[in-house]
Amino acid sequence: MKEQQCIEARFEGGIGKLNLSVDFVAPSRGITGIFGPSGCGKTTVLRCIAGLHSARSGRFSIDGEIWQDEAVFLPAHQRSVGYVFQDTNLFDHMSVRANLTYGLRRAQPNPDREAIRLDEVVALLGISGLLERSPIRLSGGEKQRVAIGRALLSQPSLLLMDEPLAALDQRSKNEILPYLEQLRDRLSIPVLYISHDIVEIERLADQIVLMDAGHVVAQGTLAEIQSDPTLPIARMPEAGVALRAEVTGHDATYGLSTLSVDGVDILVPGNFGARGSKHRVRIAATDVSVALEPPKASSILNVIPSTISGFEALDPFQLILVLTLGPSASGVRVLARISRRSWDTLGLSKGQMVYAQIKSMALIASNAPP
Amino acid sequence: MIWTTVSLTLQLATLTTLILLLIGTPLAWWLARAKTWWREVVSAIVALPLVLPPTVLGFYLLIALGPSGPGGVLGSLWGVRSLAFSFEGLVIGSVIYSMPFVVQPLRNAFEAIGDRPLEAAATLRASPIDRFFTVAVPMARPGFVTATILGFAHTMGEFGVVLMIGGNIPGETQVLSIAIYDQVESMNWAMAHLLSAGMLVFSFAVILAMALLERRAKERIR
Repeated sequence: MKEQQCIEARFEGGIGKLNLSVDFVAPSRGITGIFGPSGCGKTTVLRCIAGLHSARSGRFSIDGEIWQDEAVFLPAHQRSVGYVFQDTNLFDHMSVRANLTYGLRRAQPNPDREAIRLDEVVALLGISGLLERSPIRLSGGEKQRVAIGRALLSQPSLLLMDEPLAALDQRSKNEILPYLEQLRDRLSIPVLYISHDIVEIERLADQIVLMDAGHVVAQGTLAEIQSDPTLPIARMPEAGVALRAEVTGHDATYGLSTLSVDGVDILVPGNFGARGSKHRVRIAATDVSVALEPPKASSILNVIPSTISGFEALDPFQLILVLTLGPSASGVRVLARISRRSWDTLGLSKGQMVYAQIKSMALIASNAPP
Repeated sequence: MIWTTVSLTLQLATLTTLILLLIGTPLAWWLARAKTWWREVVSAIVALPLVLPPTVLGFYLLIALGPSGPGGVLGSLWGVRSLAFSFEGLVIGSVIYSMPFVVQPLRNAFEAIGDRPLEAAATLRASPIDRFFTVAVPMARPGFVTATILGFAHTMGEFGVVLMIGGNIPGETQVLSIAIYDQVESMNWAMAHLLSAGMLVFSFAVILAMALLERRAKERIR
């Protein structure tokens, strides 16, 4: 039963200059981010899943339903996907309403899922004012919202999103991201979300498939992948970990909130809502430093006993450390970027007890799901 | 008398255009979408009437439509010996002669759509035929307008092929362009003037209408 409730994808074959060889399993709920540099084959994988490309050899199943294997190849129009393209691909010869209902009218009723209704999607995406207009007259952000609505209304079992924000300016991105978060929280459709922007992935994804040059480099939960120092993602200048946090208190005198990250309390300036509200926060590797003893006089608010559970050299002068916060070995892991000189002078080693000093924490999404 | 000729010409042009749209659309679609190299061979055959002298085309058609050609076999189905010098023969000749003027604009229009909208339609559960009629045809609408006008106008003005395969039988195969030639031959210049001026005005109107339609289509895209 366990292996039935997932998405299994395996595609092999040369397509153009790319030698594709991917194999991954993703849960059939939540958002799975497919992350990697431009040209690594992310889009090709999505096109293979949608049936728009046929890889020389491939297998794809969702919740045990096979779309493609040695004997079967369902054509694109028989696969229950919703595809959101980077450049929207709206039908310019139809009104927004006709675009939205195009897939709706052709959708097969899905017995396992409550039907997604037009009024529901229009409200969710805030597009009620656009219905009678032509897509030609919409802004980039509006177009992408309509495209997302059109894909949702085709009642998909799987939503494929190919860099839906890449073609947009920062303002339009910020306009769409909250809609994507609502979508994740309100609808139970699994999403495969492609991006080369780690900020989007951190904000939206629960799971991540890391790709490079046509291959899957790693896959797992966002926290697992981000805190693995051997992966390229930990070597990026903006390396860090996204964590779930819950508000456990607020100190009005100093304007500080206490956020509990998996049982570890962290003080953060600002008011993050009522006790119990859930957020997604980010701790950058450059905002964490280590000390052998708790500093007696320091402006840093958060000093947490931790264990060095791993390390990797970034270059001859810098290291990236994995710190497990708190007393338990299975605690939250964060990254810390330190210099070779500190490593040597403090005499650090793997398994050693240290004090992690967290300088700051950024809020990346509010009301994140549990 | 002259109205029989005008009406015959209009009938021929209308029928030819309808037949061409019917067979030219799938042909243009195939030419736009197929990935085999020999589609260019087919494309060249379709384009031949553009460069071939009408008399050459007419000569081969005359043989093909005659009693010993496929036209004779076809004609025997409804009891005529030959399709040459008949309205049916004229329609067949016109279809071949005007084909590039219909197929080329349609092919260009289909190619301009590209794969993307059709792929989007496929992911929205539209079958290949469904997406042809709901996405490709509406998006190629300017191409259909151009193809219809060009096919119709070109058939109206054909001369050489008609003369070769249809002759000059009033009420059966005598079309306007041949009637003009006839009137000039018999020194009836007043009638020749009238018919020629009519054709001139018609041709100008066609070209103007096309230019205006194209402009409107472009404005709509903006």
